Amino acid sequence: MLEALNITKKFAGVTALNAVNLQLMPGKVTAIIGENGAGKSTLMKILSGVYPDYEGKIVYKGQDVHFANPREAQQCGIAIIHQELNLIPDLSIFENIYLGRELTDQWGFVDRKAMRSNTQRLLERLKLNVSPNSLINELKVGQQQVVEIAKALLTDADVLIMDEPTSAISEQEVEVLFGIIEALRNEGKTIVYISHKLDELFKIADAYIVMRDGCVMESGEMQDVDHDGLINKMVGREIQLLSQAHRVVSKEVLLRLENMSLQDTRIKQNLIVNHVSFQLYRGEILGLFGLMGAGRTELLETIVGMHHARRSGTVWMEERALGLKSPQQAIREGIVLVPEDRKKNGLVLNLDIKTNVSLSRLSEVTEGGFINRKKDLNLAQQYVDSLKIKCSSPMQQTKNLSGGNQQKVVLARCLVTKPRVLLLDEPTRGIDPHAKNEIYKLIVSLAEQGMSIVVVSSELPEILGLSDRVMVMCEGKLTATFQAHEANEDNVLRAAIPKTI
Amino acid sequence: MIQQRSKIAKFQSLIALLLMCVVLSLLSDKFLTFANGWNVLRQISVNVCISVGMTLVILTAGIDLSVGSILAFSGAIAAGLLKFGIALPTYDLYIGFTLLGALLAGTVVGAALGTFNGFVITKFKVPPFVATLAMLTIARGFTMLWTKGYPISSLGKEFSFIGTGWFLSIPILVWIAAIVVLLATILTNRTAFGKYIYAIGGNESAAKLSGININSVKIWVYALAGILAAVGGIMVTSRLNSAQPNAGLSYELDSIAAVVIGGTSLAGGRGTIIGTVLGAMIIGVLNNGLVLMDVSPFWQQVVKGVVILLAVIIDKANHKEE
Repeated sequence: MLEALNITKKFAGVTALNAVNLQLMPGKVTAIIGENGAGKSTLMKILSGVYPDYEGKIVYKGQDVHFANPREAQQCGIAIIHQELNLIPDLSIFENIYLGRELTDQWGFVDRKAMRSNTQRLLERLKLNVSPNSLINELKVGQQQVVEIAKALLTDADVLIMDEPTSAISEQEVEVLFGIIEALRNEGKTIVYISHKLDELFKIADAYIVMRDGCVMESGEMQDVDHDGLINKMVGREIQLLSQAHRVVSKEVLLRLENMSLQDTRIKQNLIVNHVSFQLYRGEILGLFGLMGAGRTELLETIVGMHHARRSGTVWMEERALGLKSPQQAIREGIVLVPEDRKKNGLVLNLDIKTNVSLSRLSEVTEGGFINRKKDLNLAQQYVDSLKIKCSSPMQQTKNLSGGNQQKVVLARCLVTKPRVLLLDEPTRGIDPHAKNEIYKLIVSLAEQGMSIVVVSSELPEILGLSDRVMVMCEGKLTATFQAHEANEDNVLRAAIPKTI
Repeated sequence: MIQQRSKIAKFQSLIALLLMCVVLSLLSDKFLTFANGWNVLRQISVNVCISVGMTLVILTAGIDLSVGSILAFSGAIAAGLLKFGIALPTYDLYIGFTLLGALLAGTVVGAALGTFNGFVITKFKVPPFVATLAMLTIARGFTMLWTKGYPISSLGKEFSFIGTGWFLSIPILVWIAAIVVLLATILTNRTAFGKYIYAIGGNESAAKLSGININSVKIWVYALAGILAAVGGIMVTSRLNSAQPNAGLSYELDSIAAVVIGGTSLAGGRGTIIGTVLGAMIIGVLNNGLVLMDVSPFWQQVVKGVVILLAVIIDKANHKEE
């Protein structure tokens, strides 16, 4: 169906792809796996016309093709769902879906009615229960991802490339997506599926291709490999899988939330966080699980003093009420949030590692009003070493780092503030298994040093493997709390799924 | 190869400036003289001061359109107070101002208007473009009210010394600009406040989560832009020995041009003070050269526009991979 021969691509002299060969079959789901920076996304961007400059040849339906832009690829029937969302926030769902290919009526005017009803059908097929008129910025990240998928389905593509489509969506939505993928496969479509979540691949993929350092290392049928085997092929080395922590945690309460609520920006009666109360013990890792829209991110943001105008309830730190009104005050009290979207909220990508690391504590490296460069550099170097941030030097710009290393820089910046409470929102989202493992180890060792940690994650194994206690949220409310040994996939998921339909 | 290119990119403004100087000295024998050199530096010194403030604002991803008007108002305040003082006949009150007092008052007015800009932008979330556009007409209106539309002239020898005098064989105006540039370079490179400016322009939401008080940094930045506009106002007034109600018209555009030619991104987070200085020099040398070569002033405007476009296009090409 689609074949790539000897594809080589260089960015500013750095080889991203090295003589890659690839064959995709119709009626099959091919999984492409590899650590971040292995070249998966680059290869997909070439196949879908995003990068027109490359060496090598692409053969599609028996013919040599060269796509100058994504539109050409789309017209030939190759659609891609990018890892990053490409939606316009202030336009409605249907306007986004039809962007650049609007339907027109006989007078040449945009036919909003037809676009709206087609979109409605598409959303129903994807089981996304929102109006086609909703603006993108009113949707959760997970819902936006579904819109992105709807956009690709609209073109009736023969080849559908999905680059980490589930990195931001809940398990429930993943099931829906898998149903759709299966249906498409049965229609004979060629599907490429890129994901770090290996369990997903065993559910959905027929064949696999392993990439490493810009080369295809191996390919084969999914049925011939197992989980660990696949991981070994990916990283080229054995990695230690996370084991249950089973640690003894003190019963000393550090942080306590009392009746925390957060109003919706539009409808004041709607509570995004609905009367949540819980206690966080010293040195504890508290896992917070919930589906998209459960209010997990908002809960963390509320704790550090964001949205204080719409908030009610009290945060107590060692039985002292904190009336936090900004993340700045929260940091002063020893509470720091590591945000979900590191590029959007975590890093200043234009600045170097050094400045990003010391940003929250520049006062520490300032002497007599001036930044002491040596101290500044030492501080950064210390964290680069202890967190094993892979970089040429602390002066390297953060935008050139891989996802895992960027995440470590954000973590370093937060750790520099010497927090007592660390709030981690999806700390391993979109990073490779090796870096993930390193971050798990770091979280555990921080807790052992006495730091209290809340980890929000959409990945159940991560929550179950890491937490001393698991808390579940659903529709803004706290629905269950389990000790580590009581929690399992079944009871946690059960508590996370809304009861009302 | 790539590294070489980025190294060249770093110095592109400097290379362009030197190239212009070489070409102009070949085309005109009046260009490469000490007299003309000082002349050019004196001419650009006002723009340099304003543009340094503008750079700080633009680094935070903001813009300040009010600098020309604030310049005029501050200059007029200083001139008016120096010449007439404050007289309130109803209360039988007269307050006279020394030179230093008048200069200080002008600067305070600039700082106040700049702070007001920052306050409106941060507390009421008014986009900088709109807030400072409003201040552009407000401050110009104040200038007209204060001067009643007439120049305030003959301000005394002491005052005009600032604009025309020399110190250690260097014009005072150039001294002022050099000190402003030096202080701003230290501020942006060596202080926490400077890093905050870059962080806010680079990613405001990350800066906020890092615990930076965004509002206070922004208010300070607009206040500094106001202060530097006031300094510019005093320089202009003293050079002419007269406060013109129309002083500083469209200066905001020249200073934005200097910032942009100097390689500062209008999206914020990237740029340097020294780049802006080079940008201001390029504009200054260009103006001077075209005058020396008897090019019509109308063509001068066209050429200036083309240079701005070229500078931005080259800058874009250098940052393509971003």
